[in-house]
Amino acid sequence: MDAAPALERLREISSQVRAAVIFERGGTVVGSTLDDEERAKQVAAEAEALLNDAEQRRRADGEAEFAQLDVALRDGSVFVVRDGERLIVATTAPEPTVGLVFYDLKSTLRELETKPKPTPRKRAPAKRKAPARATQAKKPDAKS
Amino acid sequence: MRSRSVLTGVLLGAGSVAGTLVFRRRLARRQERVDVYFGDGSMVSLAKPGEAEPLLRRARQILDLAG
Repeated sequence: MDAAPALERLREISSQVRAAVIFERGGTVVGSTLDDEERAKQVAAEAEALLNDAEQRRRADGEAEFAQLDVALRDGSVFVVRDGERLIVATTAPEPTVGLVFYDLKSTLRELETKPKPTPRKRAPAKRKAPARATQAKKPDAKS
Repeated sequence: MRSRSVLTGVLLGAGSVAGTLVFRRRLARRQERVDVYFGDGSMVSLAKPGEAEPLLRRARQILDLAG
């Protein structure tokens, strides 16, 4: 599925998200709300580096994979959410509703995964039987 | 008269305690920190300047780039 409709929907449902970039590991940008493609690439690269740093902080006995993170800063927050091979990084204003933002970002990634339903083929309109015409034989005019 | 001044004192004291609590809570919430969640439901919170700083720096860079 194209990322643009999913990102558009994210903007509609979440007033807290300022910008978002969907990307894959390795830095491939899938979609972005940023106008500048180069900046979207840089954001994806920084987010991946942030993710790598965060993964190193897991507990020594922990085998679990990274799921999501949020960084609270004075000027705003940064979120990174993973769903399979895809990731989304988003920025918000300071003190967002963390749970809600995570939910919206996860939904956006899942929306991307769902394949669009095939559009049903248009069927030719069924031919309606023309109502039987009452054939009236012209009665010969008695007068004529 | 005396009971009135005692009541005023108690109310002022309670108000200042409540104000301090709210202020401290807000201050704590504004603290810069990193919360990392893993697939098994575990979470690591980094708030100490030394351990969180490299991640905070990257996050600041992302905020700057994203505008």
